[in-house]
Amino acid sequence: MCIKNSNMSETFVPSDYFPVVIFFIFALLIGFGTLLLGVVLRPKRPYTQKLYPYESGNPPVGEPRYKFSVKFYIIAMLFVVFDVEAVFLYPWAVAYNKLGIFGFAEMMLFVFILLIGYIYVWKKGAFDWE
Amino acid sequence: MLKYILIPLLPLLSFIINILFGRNFIKDKAHWIAVPAVAGSFILAVSAFMDVQAGNVINVNIYNWIVSGNFNVTIGFLIDQLTAIMLIVVTSISTLIFIYSIGYMHGDGGYYRFFSYLSLFVFSMLMLVMANNFLLLYFGWEAVGLCSYFLIGFWFHKKSAADAGKKAFIVNRFGDFGFGLGVILVYLTFGSLDYLKIFSNTGIVLGQTINIFGNDIDLITLICLMLFCGAIGKSAQIPLHVWLPDAMEGPTPVSALIHAATMVTAGVFMVARCNPLFSLSHTAMNTVAVVGGVTAIFAATIALVQNDIKRVIAYSTVSQLGYMFLALGVGAYSAGIFHLYTHAYFKALLFLGSGSVIHALHNEQNMQNMGGLKKYMPITYGVFILATLSITGIPPFAGFFSKDEILWRAYSGGELGKFLWLLATVAALLTAFYSWRLIFLTFHGRFRGTHEQEHHLHESPRVITVPLMLLAIGAVAAGWVGIPPLLMEHGDKIGEFLAPVLGHPHGEGSHAEEMMVMGMSILVAAAGWFIAYQMYVKKTDLPMKVGAMFQPLYKLLYNKYYVDELYSRIFVQPVLKLSDKVILGFFDAKIIEGVVNGVPNLIGAFSNKFRKIQTGLLSNYGLVMAIGALAIIGYIIFMR
Amino acid sequence: MNTANYLVDITMIMPELTLICVALILLLLDLVVKNKEVLAAVGIAGTLVALYGTYKLFVFHAPQSVFADMFVLDGYSNFFKLIFYLNIILTILISLKYMTIEKASFGEYYSLLIFATTGMMIMASAADLIVLYLGLELMALSTYILAGLMRKQLRSNEAALKYFFLGAFSSAILLYGISMTYGLTGTTNLREIAAALQTLNIMESPAVFLGLIFLIVAFGFKVALAPFHMWAPDVYEGAPTSITAFMSVGPKAAGFAVMGRVLFEAFGGMQMQWNSILIPLAVITMAVGSIIALAQTNIKRMLAYSSIAHAGYMLLGIIAGTPEGLASTANYLMIYMFMNIGAFAIVIMLRREGFQGENLDDYMGLAKSHPLASALMLIFMFSLTGIPPTAGFIGKFYVFMEVIRSGYTYLAIIAVIFSVISAFFYLRVVMYMYMKDPKEDVTLTTSSTLSIALAITAIMVLILGIFPSFLLNLVRSSIPG
Repeated sequence: MCIKNSNMSETFVPSDYFPVVIFFIFALLIGFGTLLLGVVLRPKRPYTQKLYPYESGNPPVGEPRYKFSVKFYIIAMLFVVFDVEAVFLYPWAVAYNKLGIFGFAEMMLFVFILLIGYIYVWKKGAFDWE
Repeated sequence: MLKYILIPLLPLLSFIINILFGRNFIKDKAHWIAVPAVAGSFILAVSAFMDVQAGNVINVNIYNWIVSGNFNVTIGFLIDQLTAIMLIVVTSISTLIFIYSIGYMHGDGGYYRFFSYLSLFVFSMLMLVMANNFLLLYFGWEAVGLCSYFLIGFWFHKKSAADAGKKAFIVNRFGDFGFGLGVILVYLTFGSLDYLKIFSNTGIVLGQTINIFGNDIDLITLICLMLFCGAIGKSAQIPLHVWLPDAMEGPTPVSALIHAATMVTAGVFMVARCNPLFSLSHTAMNTVAVVGGVTAIFAATIALVQNDIKRVIAYSTVSQLGYMFLALGVGAYSAGIFHLYTHAYFKALLFLGSGSVIHALHNEQNMQNMGGLKKYMPITYGVFILATLSITGIPPFAGFFSKDEILWRAYSGGELGKFLWLLATVAALLTAFYSWRLIFLTFHGRFRGTHEQEHHLHESPRVITVPLMLLAIGAVAAGWVGIPPLLMEHGDKIGEFLAPVLGHPHGEGSHAEEMMVMGMSILVAAAGWFIAYQMYVKKTDLPMKVGAMFQPLYKLLYNKYYVDELYSRIFVQPVLKLSDKVILGFFDAKIIEGVVNGVPNLIGAFSNKFRKIQTGLLSNYGLVMAIGALAIIGYIIFMR
Repeated sequence: MNTANYLVDITMIMPELTLICVALILLLLDLVVKNKEVLAAVGIAGTLVALYGTYKLFVFHAPQSVFADMFVLDGYSNFFKLIFYLNIILTILISLKYMTIEKASFGEYYSLLIFATTGMMIMASAADLIVLYLGLELMALSTYILAGLMRKQLRSNEAALKYFFLGAFSSAILLYGISMTYGLTGTTNLREIAAALQTLNIMESPAVFLGLIFLIVAFGFKVALAPFHMWAPDVYEGAPTSITAFMSVGPKAAGFAVMGRVLFEAFGGMQMQWNSILIPLAVITMAVGSIIALAQTNIKRMLAYSSIAHAGYMLLGIIAGTPEGLASTANYLMIYMFMNIGAFAIVIMLRREGFQGENLDDYMGLAKSHPLASALMLIFMFSLTGIPPTAGFIGKFYVFMEVIRSGYTYLAIIAVIFSVISAFFYLRVVMYMYMKDPKEDVTLTTSSTLSIALAITAIMVLILGIFPSFLLNLVRSSIPG
């Protein structure tokens, strides 16, 4: 291989970064160490009641993860899109005087594009629940 | 001008017409197009030869292929003395083989296909020899390889044939890769791919070196060795010789074409063509000579014990090609080309003759099941004898003159000369032995095949025997253009003719020495005959005894030094394993997928399908990416 | 900041704007027009208009940068845009009938293709890391959806999901690289980065290098360099074949376009450093692509690995580190587009109702029943192998030559070895077609548009192989030394 990096080694030596490595090691040690400490020190007396997700609530029935209708997701996504549009309108409205006609045109374009999306979504029937 | 373009164009047209209309219209009349086309090429080639003889060397650029800034490649033809001889060899042999194929391939399902591939093959070879630059040479080189792939595997129902085709292709690729790099290096060094520009400018490479993995390598040596790599592959020299003997799985006319006129001679031609480059590198020249010499003797020993008639001839081809390279390597380029030219005739004759035998015996190729054929097939026997006299080097048959020229040039040339001469002389002895062994086993004694076969024995039809007889003329007389000056004043016409391109070989020696070399060559040829005669005609139990006495050696030779097995063990199997198990398992998730699919179904049918992606493969892929990125960083930090 | 100035700027992005408009129109048109062929026609027409726009800009305006130097128009970007235009047109041509067979003939298909193409064009013109990211995401999000367009097929869903997650991963890495570079140089503009590296004298700084590594990793993902190629085989296999063809060319070309521009323009002074990463990557990529492809029996998967291997060859041009080298990569991409889409068009032909036609076995004896299609496939396979006189040879020859010229002879040797290996799996297809007997009758699905696409690709592969000067001159004048 003909990789020549002689000019780099002058300024960069791995040992320069040794403190960083030590820092990482300490971070790991402290993180895992405290967890480990808890495991070692805490009393372990499990019983059925205690292992319920909600110890003093209703006993759970079935799996906690089950399917939602995909329609919820669609609505949620569409909401986010138009929400962002609304959020965009605020700063634009505040600075409207400074932006002038060009700003107006740009925002109209933006709204127009979203409008096309809106029509598209509507026509495709994404808003129909059934 | 048009005349020269037509030489390769006629076979190309034959190919196009046959491949387009063969299936539905031409069918079993394909030879009506192919034979006239190649015969026309032959006539034009003769005319081109006469032009050259009259002193008109043609070098025309036909078309500017790449014109872009400093990147220029033109395509054109160079027809000089060397090309003229090659043209004659290629077209004359091809014409006869085409005619022979009419009879041999009669009734084959792929009749039109056969002739169209054959035409394409000839076209490619003609492009190769007529090129005036390396790129066109490379094109012809690749095209010849591809055609051979199709032709060797022509009977693809036969597994061995399909495998042989594949093997020829794969082995050739290894050679071609070196050749391709050689061509690129030539371009970068000389800034051109045009022969004449390069050969007139060879001075600039002297003393240049190139750095590869920290070692300085002489540039011209590297270029020559790279180019020679290609020649090793195409011309079946050690260590890439393994494809050629298998190539006889193809129809016999194809074997003849490959072994005699096209394909294998490409390597010899190329080295001769590049002689101004090779002459500059001592190392490369010696490599060529040694590879040639060793191959000559190596292949000859294998041929001693083979029982398949075509296989014996195939190894004899490898051996004879070794002779040619030996000649090239000692600087006797014209001797190499001379031998190429005589060899083409007697080798085509041997192959087509064996095809005639095989035809008569209904595809029996084992010589142990033949014998006594001379009374059934007198013409085939006669031409076989002539070809054998020629290949073993009995004067005044063609092979004698070319072989003697090589032996003499080896003896008189270079520091390795005497050693190479010794190799070649021993190889000549072996050649004589196995050639006569073939004759005696096939044509003498009594018939050892089944009664069924004996009943059907017959001489081949006219369409097969006439080309044989024509080739026999060549096998006898082709060498007379190169009678050494020692025996005849103004002899060695071919050497003089080629001298403008290939130069004169240098080397000193007295007449007495030359006589000695010549005498030796005749002596060993006679000795080979004598031993074979003793073993296979007089005392027919002797071969068995000898075989038993040298059992391990016999086995080694019979199994061709186990080279195929070795390659399979060293290259083929590990690569397959690597591809199949290690890398596939590591990089391709099929195996991981299997494990994940086995994880018990926890969450229900729908999500399980996606679970497979989310927790199995996908994170795995992401992991590989992350590890890759980290590996780069690590590599950068620690590898400096 | 006056309006007139903006109008000038906007003129320069007219082709991109045209495409966006066409995509929006297609979305609306889809709601009223039932015949999808109309949409395809509108899509192609719109692309041609944009192509004309790019041509006009090329003719009338000298290379310049607009939008505060964030967007450049030069020969380099124009050449890549030409690749993108041809890519989308050919993709639309091959997909019409095919998407009907897959029962995935949605109108969105065409607008998504156009959105993706717009993203690529923005990438090709990006002179600023932020704009680059914008284009990249536009391209990527569109292709994610396209990969999963066959909603009823699990394979397609899987492909899309995998592509999406890994793509998001790589985007994150890209952003990381961008932010590191920005943090160290104080700018996202490529030329200013180069200047800052000079003036601040931080070229040897490991932090800059780390940012560079992240950028390369992200680009490497887009062009499928090993070991960031993991997504490619699964996604290529699962996605609709026409999209596979589209993806194997478009995002790859766009990835190389930005890689070339970022490395040459912003990090031009650090060639030693980036080459020390790219060289091993190129070798690994060629090795992985060529060797694993040997073991494939599904032709789409095989072409996926082949596409990885080709990425390795293309990378050589960048490693060469000269404008000539960059030109050789661009040239390779243009050639690769024709031959690869051609090969995929044949794959598409084999697909019919109730028959996948993706196994190598399905190609057995194709030459007997369909000589023309086999001959075309033969041309494409030869070209992918790099056998003269096909275009593939020119592409490889040029790249290898440039990399040798820059002194990396050993890389060329390695590349040639792997292209030798790659010959085996390409020619295996040829062998199956010509030298085996058919197992069952294969009927080909043909349509006029598919035939047009096949004719264009096959003719171009041959023409560029036999008359390469035109393309070479074009690419050399586009990327001046």
